[in-house]
Amino acid sequence: MVGSVLTLKEAWLTLAGNAGSVDILKGISLTVTQGQTLGLVGPSGSGKSSLLMLMGGLERATKGAVHAMGQDLTELDEDGLARFRRGRMGVVFQSFHLIPSMTALENVAVPMEIAGVQDAFPRAEAELEAVGLAARRHHYPAQLSGGEQQRVALARAAAPRPAIFLADEPTGNLDSANGAAIMDLIFGLRDRHGATLVLVTHAPELAERCDRVVRLVDGRIAGEAL
Amino acid sequence: MWDLAWRLARRELRSGLRGFGVFIACLALGVAAIVAVGMVRSAIEAGLRDQGAVLLGGDAQVEFTYRFATPEERAFLDSIATRVSEIVDFRSLAVAGETRVLTQVKAVDGAYPLLGQVGLADGADLEAALAGDDGLPGAVMDKVLASQMGLGVGGRFQLGLQAFRLGALLEREPDGATGGFALAPRTIVLKDGLAQSGLIGPGTLFDSSYRLLLPQGADFEALKNEAEARFRDTGLRWSDSRRAAPGVALFVERIGAFLVLVGLAGLTVGGVGVAAAVQAFLERKLATIATLKVLGAQGRLIFRIYLLQILVLSLIGVGLGLTLGAGLPMIFSGLIEAALPFPAEVALYPRPLMEAAVYGVLTALLFALWPLARSECVRAAALYRGGLGRGGVHPRHILSLMVVAAALVGGAVLFSGAWKLAFGTAGGLAVALAVLGVAGWALGRAAQRLARARFAKGRVALRLALAAVGAPRAETMQVVMALGLGLSVLATVGQIDANLRAAISRDLPTRAPSYFFVDIQNDQIEGFRAKLAANPAVSEVESAPMMRGIITRINGRDAREVAGDHWVVRGDRGISYAAAPPAGTNITEGTWWPADYAGAPQVSFAAEEATEMGLKLGDTITVNVLGRNIEASITSFRVVDFSNAGMGFVMVMNAGALQGAPHTHIATVYSAEAGEAGILREMAEAYPNITAIGIKAAIARVSEALAAIASATRWAASATLLTGVVVLIGAAAAGVPARIYEAAVLKTLGASRGRILASFMLRSALMGAAAGLVAIAAGATAGWAVLVLQMDSDYAFEPVSALVIVAGGVGATSIAGLVFAWRPLAARPAQVLRAQE
Repeated sequence: MVGSVLTLKEAWLTLAGNAGSVDILKGISLTVTQGQTLGLVGPSGSGKSSLLMLMGGLERATKGAVHAMGQDLTELDEDGLARFRRGRMGVVFQSFHLIPSMTALENVAVPMEIAGVQDAFPRAEAELEAVGLAARRHHYPAQLSGGEQQRVALARAAAPRPAIFLADEPTGNLDSANGAAIMDLIFGLRDRHGATLVLVTHAPELAERCDRVVRLVDGRIAGEAL
Repeated sequence: MWDLAWRLARRELRSGLRGFGVFIACLALGVAAIVAVGMVRSAIEAGLRDQGAVLLGGDAQVEFTYRFATPEERAFLDSIATRVSEIVDFRSLAVAGETRVLTQVKAVDGAYPLLGQVGLADGADLEAALAGDDGLPGAVMDKVLASQMGLGVGGRFQLGLQAFRLGALLEREPDGATGGFALAPRTIVLKDGLAQSGLIGPGTLFDSSYRLLLPQGADFEALKNEAEARFRDTGLRWSDSRRAAPGVALFVERIGAFLVLVGLAGLTVGGVGVAAAVQAFLERKLATIATLKVLGAQGRLIFRIYLLQILVLSLIGVGLGLTLGAGLPMIFSGLIEAALPFPAEVALYPRPLMEAAVYGVLTALLFALWPLARSECVRAAALYRGGLGRGGVHPRHILSLMVVAAALVGGAVLFSGAWKLAFGTAGGLAVALAVLGVAGWALGRAAQRLARARFAKGRVALRLALAAVGAPRAETMQVVMALGLGLSVLATVGQIDANLRAAISRDLPTRAPSYFFVDIQNDQIEGFRAKLAANPAVSEVESAPMMRGIITRINGRDAREVAGDHWVVRGDRGISYAAAPPAGTNITEGTWWPADYAGAPQVSFAAEEATEMGLKLGDTITVNVLGRNIEASITSFRVVDFSNAGMGFVMVMNAGALQGAPHTHIATVYSAEAGEAGILREMAEAYPNITAIGIKAAIARVSEALAAIASATRWAASATLLTGVVVLIGAAAAGVPARIYEAAVLKTLGASRGRILASFMLRSALMGAAAGLVAIAAGATAGWAVLVLQMDSDYAFEPVSALVIVAGGVGATSIAGLVFAWRPLAARPAQVLRAQE
């Protein structure tokens, strides 16, 4: 039997703002099993990205429980969450979020350096090669196109061999050709490493490639398709 | 983890120093000011140390007041020295025709100078110049004094009853710096030439000194101890080249320490810029920090990455400051050495460099730690939600802040050697920063409210300006703090300087006499008083017998043991005698002796000084007068006011105690200004041996000295203000993108450029005025504290410099506002707004 990798029980996310507090997620309960590909869809502001961030420990649930690989994430502080993510989770954002002062190679190596991996740079080179960017490894983000930047971000997320892949609209800032290439890479990496993939997307054709799709509306799960 | 942090920090630093101009300039300026002051101080100290023997005029010197060495003393000096030179120093009037000018006479023997060279104009020879001609002894005279008297080489003038021929003009005395503050310019003559002058006799006011060349390897300390033990309580004073000019050294040390502390204020102003720059830097790095957190970096690693970067940038700023601060004195070494009245050896001294580097790095750390500590709290979620973490900083950073602050204050105490001044400065700066912080916050809040007030409605430029000043993240706080602190230091200097000048130029002349006459002989005093009484220009005359003596013992114990370093026991003091209390005497305790008292010596002591020295009625005081010890018991205390330049004796004894000792009289003469010249002429003609000291001229000399100190202080304070202006420019420059956007939106909405410019200028002026107003309050408070608490003087608010300060604040911010308004006004709205989308 396949074990669960991510489990949310009645998870709430409430954010305090100047105009009062706002409930972003309202009692989400969800289990993601190992190796599964989960698509999160829904209208803008429905809480898809927030749910993804909750799963990655980038946000802390206000109420309820979030377990990742057996660890209760609500018990960990900011540093504890950072430590937990090392080597276990790879995150890809719509806006790439590469570190502008580092080359492509250094960007890919950095999570492994932080995790204390000895051969961070050879592994980073291999990962860049896998996304077709070996020749541009010494280029800075500003010298790369959007598609190339996202491939670097992908290599960075994949390099530490994470068990969980979180992707927040990874093709949102790309044209359709680059978007398709990136999705092929993401699914390829998932297949190669056997990782669990959670994907936030607006694109129905991407959602269709997932094992399972959860639809969110106004911070609640409004439906699910397997 | 430090290893990884350093690796990542290095990668980030590769992108260069963009955005750190203000950070580096602030540190560099502050450090440069401190180094420059320290370098000049070290140069003077080295000069004094290396030239010690030349400055002193010999390896060692023995001095006496109002007497020459006794045969036994002279024999002792001859026995320990390889060569001895005798010098007599006193004040007298130099007279040429109708011109009478006070001069400080140095009468020397043929051995003078034992060391160094006397610098005479046109390379003249001292021996030939002093030899004289036409049957007259020769003299050399300070160039300025000679020109004041209309004398050229070969001209004649009188000192007392003796005429002299001016042999050469004096440019430099090798031993000129040790005498301390001189009221009059110098004339040098041979001592033998004074025999008929009537100026040196028993009881007249002169100092004699014996300069000694000692054998190679002589033990100075042992010789000093032997001289003092052998001639104990005779008034013999020993000094030697180990500390040739203690007065100058102490003055340089104190003024140097003070100026370094003013420099530290500049560094603190720079600190405000540092904090703002670090804050802005970390905001730019927000995405990178959040990304690193997503990738598994802990807060501590983030803190270290940015701490290391800030340290590297600090070292660059400090390095630049050290180069600038050390380079300038080196480049201008010739000018500095020529301008100083004492020897200076400008070179690269490690101590001021180290001192300034420590100050620089610690200040950078102190002001960067808080924003750095907050970077630790950036949450990974900031990547898509923005903003720094709301959480406070970790307690360990608060502890670090306290340690750095303590190290900085400790460093200031250690380096300045003046703990009270250092603590006072540190406390003052901390309070000023806090007050300015509150003022900045209050200004923001007030502006926010006023922008919504009814009177602002319809006044678009004003409302926009108020709204901008009160907006969250406005530069208000930064500008008010940095500029305000710079202006505060300047305001403090202005208030102190103006009050001291006022005390001298306004208060004293209303109460001070026109002249002091000294060296009036016993057989001259009656005639002297009669002449003055007959002169209608004279409004009041006070005279008293006077001699000088040193308090050697109190109740049989060494005076310094009992009274410590109190000024009364530090040197020789004027002593008088009187049968009855002089008119206006206010006895606070005890009783005056009967008019016909003829018993054991009694003394009436100045009350305030007695309290400070711990004296009480019945205590015995031993005073050495002309080598003779007089032991008197204190029978009364009286009020003595030294502040009005009138006659004030710490000690007055009964007539019988002192009458027998050789002495002269001094007199103070009060007159309206119009009658002063006539009085001087009449008295000097009648009594050529008597010396008149013009109080106004003396006050002018003191004012000159004060002006020089104030000017040095103002320079140091200007460095502080310059740093404040750099911070201001940094803040204005940082606000340009926001103003470009704002101007574009306002133009789109129909605002003219004039209205937008008015709004920009108005907000700048508001901030400048706030900084100026707080500076005036801070300057007035600090000025009051220094004058009233420290100097025991009066304080009155000085409005002119205060107004200049506010005008300066408004002017500086308005100019910055104007300069940095150019781009926003010139930008085309369509381009700006499209770029924002």
